[in-house]
Amino acid sequence: MGSFEKKLIKFWEIFYERGGYTKVLTGLRNTAYIAVAGLVIGIIIGTIIAVIEVFPKYKRLPRILNRFCSFYVGLFRGSPIVVQLLVAYYVVLPLLGINIPPLNVCVLVFGLNSGAYVSEIMRGGILSVDPGQMEAGRALGLSYGTTMLKIVVPQAVKNILPTLGNEFIALIKETSVVSFVGAADLYVAFNYIGTNSYEFMVPYLVMAVIYIVMVMIIALLVRIMERSLRKSDRRN
Amino acid sequence: MIDVIDLRKSYGRLEVLKGITVTIKEGEKIAIIGPSGSGKSTFLRCLNCLEDPTGGSIIFEGVDIADMRVDINIHRRHMGMVFQQFNLFNNKTVIDNIMLAPVHTGISDLRKKKIKNFFIRIRNLFAKNKKPLYEINTTPSKIKEEARVNAMRLLRRIGLEDKANAYPSTLSGGQKQRIAIIRALAMNPKVMLFDEPTSALDPEMVGEVLELIKQVADEGMTMVIVTHEMGFAREVATRVLFMDEGRIVEDNTPEEIFTNPQNPRTREFLSKVL
Repeated sequence: MGSFEKKLIKFWEIFYERGGYTKVLTGLRNTAYIAVAGLVIGIIIGTIIAVIEVFPKYKRLPRILNRFCSFYVGLFRGSPIVVQLLVAYYVVLPLLGINIPPLNVCVLVFGLNSGAYVSEIMRGGILSVDPGQMEAGRALGLSYGTTMLKIVVPQAVKNILPTLGNEFIALIKETSVVSFVGAADLYVAFNYIGTNSYEFMVPYLVMAVIYIVMVMIIALLVRIMERSLRKSDRRN
Repeated sequence: MIDVIDLRKSYGRLEVLKGITVTIKEGEKIAIIGPSGSGKSTFLRCLNCLEDPTGGSIIFEGVDIADMRVDINIHRRHMGMVFQQFNLFNNKTVIDNIMLAPVHTGISDLRKKKIKNFFIRIRNLFAKNKKPLYEINTTPSKIKEEARVNAMRLLRRIGLEDKANAYPSTLSGGQKQRIAIIRALAMNPKVMLFDEPTSALDPEMVGEVLELIKQVADEGMTMVIVTHEMGFAREVATRVLFMDEGRIVEDNTPEEIFTNPQNPRTREFLSKVL
């Protein structure tokens, strides 16, 4: 036990006295930023794709859009997120001659990636809403888009909230690969502490605990949100 | 008011409506009866293009709404529809259910007028003959307030004003259907379409819904009702259409149809249900 205590003391020295905690806070902030912004972008993209996919396809334009959407979903579900990050940062952006800080590249890639997953979740949600709701909206003279946005999607979101929470949690955990393109997240912070103290046991343990606590908090928030959305149901 | 000319509808190779021609005049209350699978509901849903007709035309106020190029949303505002399954918006309270469509259409009309005015102003800067602007004498908050007052008036009429802030899932079937009817009325429609309004109700709730429909009928609303309530059809309708296998087989006054049916199939159907 004596050696573990020594390790703890060493960790504390780097973490607190030599300012390691600022790195951890930055890492925490970046992780949260990438996950939240990524999810927001993902939900927006996913909803748009899902609406296009369930749109009746009599005409040419929806069919072309639909083709494009399935290509997009296939692309982003077909490769690991690390690969997408690397390709975006080292291939696509340099080719286009665009210079964006790594953190924003991560937000973009995570957003596009989760958009592909959310689109399928959202499509399931939209299909789970009674078609009569759409008919009633249309019969009152509201357009397809308005009915979708005001009636169907809110009910779909309520149905898919648990799955969406899952997606958010997965996103938080996946952010641990952003150091591949040089963005500073939690892993980078604790790795810094580890390399400076030549001791990795405690930093990585603390990192694991932080991730677990973060995920637990999110799960709790999702529960609370679910409950407030369920107020239009009798069962609560 | 509505002229239906040779209306056809097929699902793939199955032809459900085989050429329906009928004229609906203002103030008429038309009941459509017939065996299940005869195309009654499909016909009704074609009238406001919830099902796109595959042939023929529907002239509503001089416009062929079966034409795909027509903006159907504008015409649907003048056709209220009541469904068998009520279809109240589950995520909205009762009052929001009633207010949603009037408020939304009102505000989007207002926005369109403002955009048009903007372009007219720009044009007027350069053109010699000045174009008049569209008159705007309302605001979004005013539209909302008017819709709320109107919704409360309608709710009071059916005696459910205390349910204004309840969600549909807490209401009984009869209450839901009556709210669905006044939701359609809130748009001030010129014609009301009823798709078996009492078929999904418990027997003791049928009366209150039929009572409301009768009241609306007595106010002179033009109505098309698909129904299995023969007694109701006889009492309220001014004209009864008997449909079978995608065609209108008999079209007559209720007295004639119920007491003296001409067509053998009408006779057979009525002998079964009466």
